[in-house]
Amino acid sequence: MKLRSNLVFLAVLAVFGALSPLIDGLDSHTLLGVAIPQIDAINPYYYDILISIGINVILAVSLNLVNGYTGQFSLGHAGFMAVGAYTSAWITLQSAESGPGLFLLSLLAGGLVAAATGFAVGVPSLRLRGDYLAIVTLGFNEIIRGAIQNADFLGAQRGLGGMIKHTDFFITYACAALTVLVVHNLVHSTYGRGFVATNDDEIAAEACGIPTTRYKITAFVVAALFAGIAGGLYAHFKLYLHPDGFGFMRSMDIVVMVVLGGMGSMVGVCLAAAFLTILPELLRYASHLEFLPVWLRHVAENRMIFYSLILIMVMLLRPQGLLNFKSGTSRQST
Amino acid sequence: MVEFIQQILNGLAQGGIYALIALGYTMVYGILRFINFAHGDVFMLGAFAGAYAGPFVLRLNGGAPSYTVAGFTLVLAMFGCALIGMLIERLCYKPLRHQPKITVLITAIGVSLLLENGGQLLFGADPKSFPELITDRALDLPASWGALSVLTVTLSQVIVLAVTGLLLLLLIFFVRRTRTGLAMRALSFNPVAAQLAGVNLNHTIAITFGLGSALAGAAGILISIQQPSIDPLMGINSGLKAFIAAVLGGIGNLQGAVLGGIVIGLLEALVVGYGSPTYRDPIVFAVLIVILLFRPAGILGRITPEKV
Repeated sequence: MKLRSNLVFLAVLAVFGALSPLIDGLDSHTLLGVAIPQIDAINPYYYDILISIGINVILAVSLNLVNGYTGQFSLGHAGFMAVGAYTSAWITLQSAESGPGLFLLSLLAGGLVAAATGFAVGVPSLRLRGDYLAIVTLGFNEIIRGAIQNADFLGAQRGLGGMIKHTDFFITYACAALTVLVVHNLVHSTYGRGFVATNDDEIAAEACGIPTTRYKITAFVVAALFAGIAGGLYAHFKLYLHPDGFGFMRSMDIVVMVVLGGMGSMVGVCLAAAFLTILPELLRYASHLEFLPVWLRHVAENRMIFYSLILIMVMLLRPQGLLNFKSGTSRQST
Repeated sequence: MVEFIQQILNGLAQGGIYALIALGYTMVYGILRFINFAHGDVFMLGAFAGAYAGPFVLRLNGGAPSYTVAGFTLVLAMFGCALIGMLIERLCYKPLRHQPKITVLITAIGVSLLLENGGQLLFGADPKSFPELITDRALDLPASWGALSVLTVTLSQVIVLAVTGLLLLLLIFFVRRTRTGLAMRALSFNPVAAQLAGVNLNHTIAITFGLGSALAGAAGILISIQQPSIDPLMGINSGLKAFIAAVLGGIGNLQGAVLGGIVIGLLEALVVGYGSPTYRDPIVFAVLIVILLFRPAGILGRITPEKV
């Protein structure tokens, strides 16, 4: 099981590595005596969407570990993303000409600081359940945002800019593949049965001697780690950070991906992350189509209406998730 | 000292509004044990109901602002919000009554997002000005109050406090003295036994949603009289604060919701008055987290052990 998923991971990495010159573009040079022609990068608009999909996959898959497999409801994932983004940006901004080495280091540091924040947030709040946990994580998200708003060295309300574009196709998708691998292996290991047990019936799991609180905190810390890495990628891709970009709405975006994909379904969540990243672009395109009625074009301009309708309809008609084709296991949480 | 009393006064007026919204959260939680995330947006709809009904009522009165106009608009908005609240319950929450709580929670978040963004589409995203239903003015305090006579007390603050108090008394009378109130209390105490004793579950839940939403609608009008600029996202912040107030006081407990609302209102006013407005929201959330960690049932709530 482990060996197979690790081999798949390496194969996927190799594919991404082979694809990356086609997407990122390549200068003409000679390699081992062979002249390699120049390759143009793909259209920047599609490139932007492609990288955003990768970042969203990392965010959604990591949140799925908490909200899906472990059955806790966290509404503050954007807070951890913000921690990672600002940490990583602050590190690379310390040197005038930051190289790729420093960038990788800053990604790791961003992830670690986010994980530490996740630990600090998780230890007190994971004693709470259901609705209360949701509201407390939301509260921490707002507190993190508030802290950044008041931190002058992070740009406060002006936002933080001046980063160098380091994020490319390969690093984004390598991180996404790593997230999928880690979450998959974690949940499907002997140790990881504890996450699912916590989700299925917390009281019964506790009675069997499973340390549910430790599992919940582990899930939270791992999720925060990857959210931090996603934040670092985001910071060196968009090159401008503002505290308002990491509020409740951003967290909701990630939750919608997880719910739509099906809580606890890896493939579904990845598909949903990709779909919901492309959807606003499709809607923007639709809002310019002349033949559509004006009101429909108005609705298309406002993607959040779609999101909310999708959420309600999915919960009413298909609570296991729209893109979750696995049936059987009922994901209940008390 | 005078400045301190002034902050307390501003805090009380804001706290009264939080208390009205918090009552809706607490009543629904008491019976259904779930957080109606969309409640803050019903408050926003109340303000918009007033903004659309207000000019109409004003015209009936020949265009002159008066207490009657404000009162009539208030009743209209409360009625409209009660209908909307009951409709939301019937369409979105009732089909999910036997589903896991997380499903209902996500649905409630969905309804909340729908109302916010539907509101932006219908009413426009930019702030709208609320019609002048009552001519707001600063009251002249009698000189015999000494140093206190320099306080700024506006008519709207007095109205907010008076109406909040009146609605609270009416609600407490309703819950304590009527048959429907008895049914509500019975359901929150033990739903199965209450139904066996002949309480109509669906009926009572609908009335609870109606009552809570009407109070939120009233709060929407009251805040718009104080600060006459409304927008479709105004419910998010006030809704969250009111929810925190309900948890602070002990969710499921009516007196607790009022107490919590006033405490949050005072806290905010003091933070803004003596600290910085940017610290207001983080501090309120920090208070919520501290309360949940050390006294999860709130100030007035009692802890119920989880049963299998």
